[in-house]
Amino acid sequence: MEQNMMDTIARISGVNLRRCMRCGKCTASCPAFDEMEYHPHQFVSMVENGRIDELLASQGIYTCLSCFACVERCPRNVEPAKLIEAVRLAVIRKQGENHLHAEQIPAMLDDELPQQAIVSAFRKYKR
Amino acid sequence: MKFQYFPGCTLKTKGVRLDACARTAALALGFTLEELPEWQCCGAVYPMARDEIATRLSSVRALMAAREVGEPLVTLCSACHHVIKRVNGDMKHDADIRAKVNNYLKLDPPYAGETEVLHYLEVLRDKIGWENVKAAVKNPLTGVKIGAYYGCLLLRPSREMCFDDPENPSILEDFIRAIGAEPVYYGLRNECCGGYTTIENRQYAHKQAQRIADNAKTAGAECLITACPLCLYNLTQNTDGGLPVRYFTELLAQALGVEEA
Repeated sequence: MEQNMMDTIARISGVNLRRCMRCGKCTASCPAFDEMEYHPHQFVSMVENGRIDELLASQGIYTCLSCFACVERCPRNVEPAKLIEAVRLAVIRKQGENHLHAEQIPAMLDDELPQQAIVSAFRKYKR
Repeated sequence: MKFQYFPGCTLKTKGVRLDACARTAALALGFTLEELPEWQCCGAVYPMARDEIATRLSSVRALMAAREVGEPLVTLCSACHHVIKRVNGDMKHDADIRAKVNNYLKLDPPYAGETEVLHYLEVLRDKIGWENVKAAVKNPLTGVKIGAYYGCLLLRPSREMCFDDPENPSILEDFIRAIGAEPVYYGLRNECCGGYTTIENRQYAHKQAQRIADNAKTAGAECLITACPLCLYNLTQNTDGGLPVRYFTELLAQALGVEEA
């Protein structure tokens, strides 16, 4: 099961986990690192070591900003954001696991909020 | 000079100033933005998952429509630009995605990333030229200290966006000089504003945006400019005592003397 999940995440993300040399530049670059219980560099080793369940249950998969700082700065093209995205998708693609529901939206709106924010959040948090 | 143009969802609603000023400024600078007759929302975030095809289709449809006319496709919103440019790259370089999209849409001839995708700022820099922008300025913003806010989506990943130096960009500062104002450099000009997380965790987005606004203010900026409606939102609505934030096209139209009343 875990091997299966690891393969799925590797396939969806296109990330080659074995390229990571543990330099930590991704976490050092990450504007969200202290909002995540597992930092970007930990995602890489945890997926590699089969600690998938902990990642699937983590809230950090929803605080990744997708700002691509780790993608830009990874010297080995491992690009942890793709991995975080794949883990999040492994959760929200399951039936009943949406992180955001349409019914919640009206309460979140204000006069200035651009449509772009709602569209982005739906793409990130909901299938 | 004429370009095909993809405005995107927000430029028709909350971000109308970004769009309207860009169009009038374009006419003053001698180019036309012809809006695609039918366009669909780009989805606002690039689908990083390599097995997602459906989320790439609206971009491909826009790219196809521009190819039919044989003109580059111009974008304004940072998010639209990011998504469409990267999906175009996928169609060019990823054989698997290309095959699946072409099979699904039954494209004939197949689409393989032929359309050139340009951000409005790239049109100014590469097609018009800063010197010509400068020459067209009627009301230079002399002495105004402006901080360029790049954010993430225009710059990164630079391998795909090919927009500017991702760590030390200059296109917005060159723009600021061209309209007669003074660029103010600050460290967090390419840091994330908090993006869509404002939807579920406003406090978190506030923390991100406040750091940026404080940094720009300390450096001496009087206002910030951006190309992104969500950045503008976070930097104005999720900051305390922040700076005024304008779309770069608003200042362009003002400098060219074509700003609407």
